[in-house]
Amino acid sequence: MSVDKDTVRRIAKLARIALEEERVEPMMNELNQIFAWVEQLGEVDVAGVPPMTSVVEQRLRMREDEVTAGGDADAVTANAPLSEDHFFVVPKVVE
Amino acid sequence: MSLPADPTLFTLADARDAVTSKRISSKELTKAYIKAVEAARPLNAFITETPERALAMAEASDARLAKDEARPLEGLPLAIKDLFCTKGVRTTAGSRILSNFVPPYESTVTQNLWDAGAVMLGKLNMDEFAMGSSNETSYFKPVINPWRAKNSNQALVPGGSSGGSAAAVSGFLCLGATATDTGGSIRQPAAVTGTVGIKPTYGRCSRWGTVAFASSLDQAGPITRTVRDAAIMLRHMASVDPKDSTSVDVAVPDYEATLENGVKGMRIGIPKEYRIDGAPPEIEALWQKGAEWLKAAGAELVDISLPHTKYALPVYYIVAPAEASSNLARYDGVRYGHRAAGVKDIVDLYEKSRAEGFGAEVRRRILIGTYVLSAGYYDAYYSRAQKLRTLILRDFTEAFAKCDAILTPATPGPAFAMGEKSADPVTMYLNDVFTVTANLAGLPGISVPGGLTADGLPLGLQVIGKAFDEATVFKVGRSLEQGANFTAKPATWWRV
Repeated sequence: MSVDKDTVRRIAKLARIALEEERVEPMMNELNQIFAWVEQLGEVDVAGVPPMTSVVEQRLRMREDEVTAGGDADAVTANAPLSEDHFFVVPKVVE
Repeated sequence: MSLPADPTLFTLADARDAVTSKRISSKELTKAYIKAVEAARPLNAFITETPERALAMAEASDARLAKDEARPLEGLPLAIKDLFCTKGVRTTAGSRILSNFVPPYESTVTQNLWDAGAVMLGKLNMDEFAMGSSNETSYFKPVINPWRAKNSNQALVPGGSSGGSAAAVSGFLCLGATATDTGGSIRQPAAVTGTVGIKPTYGRCSRWGTVAFASSLDQAGPITRTVRDAAIMLRHMASVDPKDSTSVDVAVPDYEATLENGVKGMRIGIPKEYRIDGAPPEIEALWQKGAEWLKAAGAELVDISLPHTKYALPVYYIVAPAEASSNLARYDGVRYGHRAAGVKDIVDLYEKSRAEGFGAEVRRRILIGTYVLSAGYYDAYYSRAQKLRTLILRDFTEAFAKCDAILTPATPGPAFAMGEKSADPVTMYLNDVFTVTANLAGLPGISVPGGLTADGLPLGLQVIGKAFDEATVFKVGRSLEQGANFTAKPATWWRV
C-alpha cells in the first residue's frame, strides 16, 4: 500500500503537525519507502493468531480507588508557557 | 587488589569497594569525574552537567560513610540519560519541544539509584525521544563516539538512542549510566562503544517518570564498563512500582552473587536466522568465537530456529510509531514545552508548536503511527503487527524449551560515520536487526564487548534470556567477557 499527497496532508492534520506544502511530497516519498518495506508482513498467514495484548503475562494489580496525589497547582502549571492564576492560557476557543 | 592511579579508570565495583573501605572519598572520586566531564565537552555526551549537585550528593555520601551508614551505591558518580525525569533538573528527551522542561517529580528508576546512595553527574544526550540509532536526531547536536578507527580522525557515531550514555561510559566520564531500550537503544550503542548494556525483561524497571516513546517496548537498563557493574547497577534500578501497572512484582535477585557461577552444563541456542546477507564477515567470525568461548567454558551449543525473525523490524516500525503517535499527542504547547508564537487559533497553536518542537525523524514516526492507527488501516497494519508479535514470542518460547539462553551478534557492524546512514531511514533502522526481537517479546538481552574489527573498532555479542532470567543472562555475559578478555580503551583524543 502506498500513500498519496492528500493522505499525507490528512494524516498530518490528524496528528496536528503543520506540514508546509513543499514538504508534502518528500514526506510522501519517505513514508512510501517505509511502507514498501513493511509490506512483507502481508506474506505471513496470521489466521487464528491472537494479537499480543500484554508483553509479559500478568494480572493487573488492583488498588483502592482513592485520591493519592493532587492539590499542587503550582507544580502542575510551573512549566506552562503561559498561565494565569493556575489556569493554562490558550487562544480563544469559543466565539 | 591494585587500583589504577586515575580513579576515573575504576570499574563501578572497584569504586564501590574503594569508597566503602575509605581508600578514596566520594568527593575525591566525584571531583575527578567532574573534571573528566568538563574535559570531554567535544564529545557532546552531556546535555546538562550538574557538578554542584554532584558535589553536594558526594558530601552527603561521605557523611554517611563516616557514620558507617553506607548504602549499596554510596557515593558512586553516575550519569542519567535525559529521558529520565529528574526533579528540578531540566529533562529534554533530546527534543526542542522539551528543551525548557524542568520536572517537578523524579522518575522511579533515578529515585531508586539516589536511595541507594548514587551521585548524579548530569543528564546525557540522546536521539530525540529515543528515536534513532546514531544520536544524530538530538536537538542538542550529535554525540561523538570516543572510539575512532585506526589511523583516522573521522568522527563516528556512538550508536543510539542512548549514545550519550554509551559515550560517557566508554570515555570514562562516569562509572555507569542509565539508558533505555525500545528496539536496541541500550545494546546497540553499548556494542559500538565497547561497553556492556543490558535491557532487562519488560516490567523489571518502572517506566514511571521516564519520557514515553513506545510503552509496550520501552525498558530502562544500565550501560557500564563490565558485566559485574551492570549486574550491580540493574539491581538498584529495578523495582515493582505502584505508579507503573506494567512493572512486575517479581523479587529482584542479587545478580552479582551468582555472576561467577559459570555456564557449565548450560545449553546455548544459536539461531540460524541471525545469519544475515551483507553483514561483514567479522560479525560472523566474532559470533563463532563467542560460541567457542562458551563451549570451552562447559556450555553445550544447540542449533535453534526463530523463523519469524525477519519480520521483527517491520513489525517494530508499525508498533513503535503507533504507540509513539499516541504518547506524543500530549505535547501541545499548552501545559509544558515549546509553544509557537504568532498563532491564529488553538489548532494553529497545536500544529505549529508540534511542527517546530519535533525534529524530522519524530515527525515522520508520528505520521506513520497516525496512519497505521487511522480508520480503515488498523487491521491491515497494527492488528497484523501485533499478531506477528505473538508469533515472534512463540518462536522464543519454543526455542527456550531447548536452551537456557541464546547467543547472537549485537549489531550488523561497528560504529559508522556521521551522516553515513541518515539519508535512508530503512538503512538506519537495520542497525536494530539483532536487538529488536527481544523488545517485541519482552525478553532480557545483554550486549558484551567481544573484540575489535581490523580497523580497531569494538563489536559486541548479545545474549538473550528467558523472561525474568537476567541472572542467567549475566552469567553467560560474564563468561563471554572472560573469553573475550576485552581490555582495549579509546585514545583520549578529546582532552585538549
